[in-house]
Amino acid sequence: MDRVILHSDCNSFYASVECLHHPEIRDKPVAVGGDVEQRHGIILAKNQIAKRYKIQTGEALWQAKQKCPDLVIVPPNFQLYMRFSKMARNIYLDYTNQVEPFGLDEAWLDVTGNTKIQGDGLSIAKEISDRIRFELGITVSIGVSYNKIFAKLGSDYKKPDAITIMSKDNFKQIVWPLPASDLLYVGRSTQRKLTSLGVHTIGELAGTSQSILHSNFGKWGDVLYSFANGYDTSPVADFDNRPLVKSIGNSTTTPRDLTTNDDVKIILYVLADSVSRRLREQGFKARTVCISVRDNELSSFTRQYTMKQYTNITSEIAQCGIALFRKHYHWGKPIRSIGISVTDLVSDTIATQTDLFTDESRREQKERLDGTVDWLKNRFGSYCVQPAVLLADRELSGFDPKKDHTIHPVGYF
Amino acid sequence: MAVKKYVEMIVRYMEDGTIMPLAVHWAEGELYEIDSVKDVRPAASLKAGGAGIRYTCMIQGHEKCLWLEENRWFVEAKD
Repeated sequence: MDRVILHSDCNSFYASVECLHHPEIRDKPVAVGGDVEQRHGIILAKNQIAKRYKIQTGEALWQAKQKCPDLVIVPPNFQLYMRFSKMARNIYLDYTNQVEPFGLDEAWLDVTGNTKIQGDGLSIAKEISDRIRFELGITVSIGVSYNKIFAKLGSDYKKPDAITIMSKDNFKQIVWPLPASDLLYVGRSTQRKLTSLGVHTIGELAGTSQSILHSNFGKWGDVLYSFANGYDTSPVADFDNRPLVKSIGNSTTTPRDLTTNDDVKIILYVLADSVSRRLREQGFKARTVCISVRDNELSSFTRQYTMKQYTNITSEIAQCGIALFRKHYHWGKPIRSIGISVTDLVSDTIATQTDLFTDESRREQKERLDGTVDWLKNRFGSYCVQPAVLLADRELSGFDPKKDHTIHPVGYF
Repeated sequence: MAVKKYVEMIVRYMEDGTIMPLAVHWAEGELYEIDSVKDVRPAASLKAGGAGIRYTCMIQGHEKCLWLEENRWFVEAKD
């Protein structure tokens, strides 16, 4: 029996939630935009009316204003979006426990086991769509199919407030004429390569021999081949099976360009503090530190280093990040944004291998110090105790990555 | 046009965790007793702009909806 999979996508999610809460702007072009002062000044989402002006997600606020001078730009309220995301998930969970969120505004649902009780995929999709409109006051587009990839194409196919069925009977007519770039994981560079092979549509991709795709893209070629033909069998994850944490990281676009090692030290310290606190909270230690740096002309790179020992000590992670940075950045240009993450995670109860040249009692002291500081921060707020380096420039250090919104990018695999 | 108005409430917390509204404090010196609750369901209010648990209540013979939005109550009030 074929699976019945829905992909539900909240239309213009942030903008819809804002329009619900501000009836006075509902009939105007509306966009949710970052804070210009903090240099996060890009469009995060836009409503249907703003779409008519060809406002693009990701473009600068001033560009959007040029296209549409009457554009109403509201600041984001991530707490609110998370609440609405949770409310939507609770509705999905009434139909199946196989609910796999993909970001805040999208989710896959496997309702195969429910079709005998609550009707076929289409009627379940209709009911969910009605409930979201009634209970949340926003709309969704839902794709119904027998695999996750086509279900996602279905939710993109018709917007807003629509349901599209991609079945084994009709997918050749509906899915195959779509451009290959609509497919999950076909980004700009894959698209360019496909075009050079004469492949423009999903149908053409499906018709290309697997060996040719494999020789051009390696194992991704096999994945693309199976996506395009509807052979994807990846399951919709159980909601309870929280994905295993593979890395913990924070990044930020700084309020002003960074021009010296001292500037970078401040930012990396704030970020490393958040990362290591999250490590400790979740009971992990990590060994590999990775930094990402983007200069003010938006070219970026990442570098990583694997330490000898697993750690969750703030100063060790920060110093490792700073050392990585000093080694690899030579100040060709000022820096606009910077991030630090740790991978290679283990439980913090793991036994440590001591070595002759490391003062383990000193490390234990640092661990206890971090524990105490965590306790103080939980009780009195993140700013109650700070390393002196952060006081050198309060403008730079005055953000709290741990408390500010944390919406982490997700991957399909 | 209707506007969103947050109001002070008197409620009863039941043993099973449900919350029953008893009276709504509309304005200074205006406390209205809720005679009965006809319906409770999650719902959005397009007029006021918000979403939460909607309580459809009878107050002095009139039907009035109250919303519990996380931990605050609001009504659709006339501008």
